[in-house]
Amino acid sequence: MTVFSLAWRYVWSRPLSAVLNVLLLGLGLASITFLLLVASQLERAFQRDLAGIDVVVGAKGSPMQLILSGVLHLDVAPGNVPLAAVNALKNNPLVAEVIPISLGDNFQGYRIVGTSLAYPQLYGATLADGRMWDAPMQVVLGATVARKLELRAGHSFTGSHGLGAGGHMHAENPYTVIGVLAPSGSVLDRLILTDTASIWNVHEDHDEDHGDGHEGADHTTAQPHQDREVTMALVRYTTPLAAMRFPRWINTTTAMQAAAPALEVTRLLHMLGLGTDVLRAFAAMLLLTAGLSVFIALWNAVRERRADLALLRMLGAPPAKMAALLLTEALWLGLLASALGLLLGQLFMLALAYLLGLENSLMLGGVAWPAELLVVPALALGVSLLAALLPALGAYRSNVLELLQAR
Amino acid sequence: MIKTSTLQFAYPGVAPIYFPDVDVPQGATLLLRGLSGSGKSTWLALLAALVPPRSGSLTVAGKDLTTFSRVQADAWRARNLGFLPQTLHLSAALTVAQNLGLAFWAAGIPHDPARIDAVLTALGVAELANRLPAQLSGGQAQRVALARAVLMQPQLVLADEPTASLDDDAAHEALQLLHSTAQRYGATLVIATHDARVADFFEGASGAVEGGVHTLQLPRLPNAGGRA
Repeated sequence: MTVFSLAWRYVWSRPLSAVLNVLLLGLGLASITFLLLVASQLERAFQRDLAGIDVVVGAKGSPMQLILSGVLHLDVAPGNVPLAAVNALKNNPLVAEVIPISLGDNFQGYRIVGTSLAYPQLYGATLADGRMWDAPMQVVLGATVARKLELRAGHSFTGSHGLGAGGHMHAENPYTVIGVLAPSGSVLDRLILTDTASIWNVHEDHDEDHGDGHEGADHTTAQPHQDREVTMALVRYTTPLAAMRFPRWINTTTAMQAAAPALEVTRLLHMLGLGTDVLRAFAAMLLLTAGLSVFIALWNAVRERRADLALLRMLGAPPAKMAALLLTEALWLGLLASALGLLLGQLFMLALAYLLGLENSLMLGGVAWPAELLVVPALALGVSLLAALLPALGAYRSNVLELLQAR
Repeated sequence: MIKTSTLQFAYPGVAPIYFPDVDVPQGATLLLRGLSGSGKSTWLALLAALVPPRSGSLTVAGKDLTTFSRVQADAWRARNLGFLPQTLHLSAALTVAQNLGLAFWAAGIPHDPARIDAVLTALGVAELANRLPAQLSGGQAQRVALARAVLMQPQLVLADEPTASLDDDAAHEALQLLHSTAQRYGATLVIATHDARVADFFEGASGAVEGGVHTLQLPRLPNAGGRA
């Protein structure tokens, strides 16, 4: 018999109290696990989607909107910019690469993105099927899109106007699927990629046929060829020092704005952080309550088992051993609660990922065990051992004379 | 075996208790008699090396308990003292065998299931090894508690009011068992009691007690009613 097996038996000699304590502590820890997972997943997702993009140049407006629309593909774009202005960026010695992005249409809720072949290369994307486009109106599907819509190379479809399902159909300009990307876990998985020219094709024909030019801020509108527009440009610098000069240059000397994704994402995470503070406070309260509950349970255990403890002294157990017994009981509660908390937290996370997956939003999900999760068992053991300190002291001081005098 | 000389104990702020001297040989039975509040518990605590005396000497098997450190006292108690409390205090969360195993754990001695089995067999309760205390009759529980007391083959077995809540037949049976078990393991038996039946039993059995039956009669304290 070891102190561990003995403490285990004593813990389960009061099963209701043990379950209550493990549950309380476990729920607090689950909230913390969940928060840690969301934070780490979001950060990972953002990092992946930023993929070395140093700055985004687009129409003036909210810089965060520019990032959300053009990099994370969550929001609509603030407007369009002239193709000529974007092409001019290539002449800037600070610029290593310019990738145009044209938004405006979707198929069944999945965005059709007009761009260059450099865009999938930016994410190191590989083909699972077919080949990359070499002409307008050919599309390459992200892995999620292909799976959800059950499309393969050779299929064709027509896009609809806007960035959500159910807009005007561009029936006269069907797209042909020519390739499918392998899953990359990045934003590419839920995009439909095509050549920038496809977007112009669809909307120029559209305008010629109907003449009802609907100019939306989120739309690459039809223009005479020399006035062609794109929605924005993703830019990589030649040198990190460009971050000091290039955005200011764009913002002051052109009609466009420059937004740094890293900066905006940090701002976004900070804003989300304010929301998670409430959850964090809630988790802290749960932990506090759980700690109190563990304390009360162990305190009662010491009172109930006063005679047992005194008898152990009579059997030769040193006081430190009695204290160790109590602390080990707390240790078991903490360990069980850690396991429960981590499990529940991961389940919450999977549920969230499932829901977000359905809404085709940010890529979250998969079971991840970031190192930050070590905080959870540390907290559990900290709280339970702290709660056990006074009861352990009580056990340490158990008075054998009381046992002898119990008449 | 047990030898005391001018033993004194004092609780803080209370007049000291003076204990009569005793000198009991190995294997004998010592009846510790006295009214409630005469200091029986205190004398037992002194004999168990749980508290140090104010003055005087107390030797058990040649060892002077008054010189022990707390650590030495715990170690000595684990190996040399068996204790049968008045209320048996079997741990309700543990089976009979585990309750005995607790003694090994408390003493810091490697667990020895064979010894547990042997002692339970000697006391005729081997088949109860996997029961919980709540599933035992009063007599069975007493045998288990006695098994725990003699598990380490101690030189000394202390029994605190072993007959207090028993009727005459049960008391006789309990004393018979206590006596024969102590004899079997060669332990010196110390019984704290104010029950006249205990003295009667051992007067009748004195011929069979190696080392004889001795009595330590504690006088009534002048301040009886205070702490005992």
